[in-house]
Amino acid sequence: MYVADSRASTSAHGAARPAAGRRRAAVAPTVLALGTVSLVTDVSSEMVTAVLPLYLVTGLGLSPLGFGLLDGIYNGFSALVRLVGGHFADRGGGRHKWVAGLGYGISALCKPLLLVAHSLTPLGAVLAADRTGKGLRTAPRDALISLSSTPETRGRAFGVHRAMDTAGALLGPLVAFLILRATVDGYDAVFAVSACVAALGLLVLVLFVPGGRAPAAPGQRPTLRAAVGLLRRRDLRRITVCALLLGLATVSDSFVYLLLQRRLGVPDRWFALLPLGTAAAFLLLAVPLGRLADRVGGWAVFLAGHGALLLAYALLLTSWHGTGLLCLVLALHGGFYAATDGVLMAAASDSVPERLRSSGLAVVQTGQALTRFACSLLFGTAWTVWGDRAALAGAAVALAACAAFSLTLRPARTVTA
Amino acid sequence: MTVRSRVLILVAAVAVLAAVGLAAVLHASARAERRDRTQAGGPRVTSGTVTLHGSGRLVFRNMAWGPHRDELTAVPAGDPGGPRTAAGLKCLRFHAASGTGVCLQAVHGPVSDTYRALILDARLHIVDRYDVPGIPSRARVSPTGHFAAWTAFVGGDSYAGTNFSTRAAIVDTRTGELIPSLESFRIVRDGRPYRAADANFWGVTFAADDRTFYATLATGGRTYLVRGDLRGRTVTTLHTNVECPSLSPDGTRVAYKKRVAGLPGDAPWRLYVLDLRTMRETPLAEPRSVDDQALWRDTRTLVYALPGDYGADLYEVQADGSGRPRRISAAAVSPAYLG
Repeated sequence: MYVADSRASTSAHGAARPAAGRRRAAVAPTVLALGTVSLVTDVSSEMVTAVLPLYLVTGLGLSPLGFGLLDGIYNGFSALVRLVGGHFADRGGGRHKWVAGLGYGISALCKPLLLVAHSLTPLGAVLAADRTGKGLRTAPRDALISLSSTPETRGRAFGVHRAMDTAGALLGPLVAFLILRATVDGYDAVFAVSACVAALGLLVLVLFVPGGRAPAAPGQRPTLRAAVGLLRRRDLRRITVCALLLGLATVSDSFVYLLLQRRLGVPDRWFALLPLGTAAAFLLLAVPLGRLADRVGGWAVFLAGHGALLLAYALLLTSWHGTGLLCLVLALHGGFYAATDGVLMAAASDSVPERLRSSGLAVVQTGQALTRFACSLLFGTAWTVWGDRAALAGAAVALAACAAFSLTLRPARTVTA
Repeated sequence: MTVRSRVLILVAAVAVLAAVGLAAVLHASARAERRDRTQAGGPRVTSGTVTLHGSGRLVFRNMAWGPHRDELTAVPAGDPGGPRTAAGLKCLRFHAASGTGVCLQAVHGPVSDTYRALILDARLHIVDRYDVPGIPSRARVSPTGHFAAWTAFVGGDSYAGTNFSTRAAIVDTRTGELIPSLESFRIVRDGRPYRAADANFWGVTFAADDRTFYATLATGGRTYLVRGDLRGRTVTTLHTNVECPSLSPDGTRVAYKKRVAGLPGDAPWRLYVLDLRTMRETPLAEPRSVDDQALWRDTRTLVYALPGDYGADLYEVQADGSGRPRRISAAAVSPAYLG
């Protein structure tokens, strides 16, 4: 099974996979189960994230600034954990479910701990553990999604998963605020309900996600060297290089919202709602764009997604002031995520052998996360030195150049089916 | 395991988890009743009329359990632990001077809370209201009552992660003109013009001349004491490692919290007083970490809040570094001395 799932050999593989649907409309039950796990887990974690600042300031009387400083450190740590999780999931062939389950379990355990942590240090430790759980589970989960679908339905499978994931992220804050409405200082109730919801997500994973099967080549345990050696594979190297380059020109979300606010004078009380626009577009477009990726090739959709982002930058650089601009930029921004987030995983899956799937996806994800972080630093510096418009113009030029370069690197085998 | 037994397990688990969740919510909502009942041994609170005129009184947000929780209450300045008169107005943060008050409030919406700042006249009537972009943390009124300032934590919404920034606003209470963010002011750092996307301001404190103010500027991982000029719209850095400054009534010293190396990350601050002429720092006798903008009761005494059994308690300490901190009032926060 070292042969990449090239389009030519797909029909044979597809037939051999029990979980994969033969009809185009179907998504493997495993993908639906994993989507449900992600939806439920995101409700749980976003409930906590939504009330945490309120809890810190009005519940505990702390100022959350010091907290923000710690956050950057956790993010770097989380990227490393992701590689570890990816590697361990591959070792022994069938451990994806259990490594992912460990990740979900750690995060679920963190929720009741929030009830007893009353100062910044223990709270920071609990949140670091929560991040560790998230880092551990991401790569094995994506590997499971890709392993349970055929190459020609992978885009849709990831699309369905990402849509369900985003739906959970949108529901979480709503649930949290409904609880706060129904109670007085009900942060403990929010944390308790969040813990119950997280436990439910873990249970769905344990009960309904099939465990892995025996390794394709017993005796050949995937080693760390083999995982690193993946980058010697031309296809994966190309995808990774492109993802890194494009990540380097992807301005972080908060900058996009700040730019929108500056351009349009969005009233302060609406500012916090801007990310909801992006999430809503992501939710609506994830499945259609995933299906499109299956039809015309993931690579084309991935690049088109960056085209949408480039268009959003360009619109922000025009002198158009209007509500239309706001809607269009948020729609393009959400569309960018819908066309890139799951689609990249689907495209990368084509170039990673099954036994190293989890490690391979982790390498791409971590690389992308790190370059996006670098972009944030660069963009912040450029904003300081040249101002917001010039910094955005620079990012747009860089994005155009990286996209043009990526076009020339287009992987040979991901051609239209 | 068959599908049937797996579904049965799931249904049973959903029932148990739903019961636990519901119990937690019911427990938290029942607490409302307990909190509305007066706590034995707590301060006596009665409703009455509170005005911002006159002198010899201390006004703060009452945090004691009972029917007047979170309302503004007044006590005699000489007896801060004594019986409280509640005004019927709820504020998260409050400050007042010369008959003008600023009250930062939460507005409970169907999906989430929003926040606003109310400018109050001496009879606590609302003169003006402004949107506040996030969770309010600091409030100040200038000694003349002509300016009010507030700081809010912005961000922390579910998609932005746990990163926070602050936004400090100043309003002219006579004209209603609002400066929504001090980030629009020109910054002079170490004598040179300075621009940064990561500039954050918080903790404004006003001088008596209706032009000068002091505040915290954070940029590049450091915090600065800045002197601001409302007419020139500039801020100038004076000193580093200063947060939440508070200008003494005579305008000669600034009390502030300072991040002290070697202290735990969750309690990094100590109170200091900086003499603006000699730029000499004096540590105060409070051994605990204070996360508050201190208030000058007079030229010799500082008042500040520390976490307590019912949210926060008020303490006082000598401004010259001598003496011992003393608790003056329990279950109280956001104090303002009138007159």
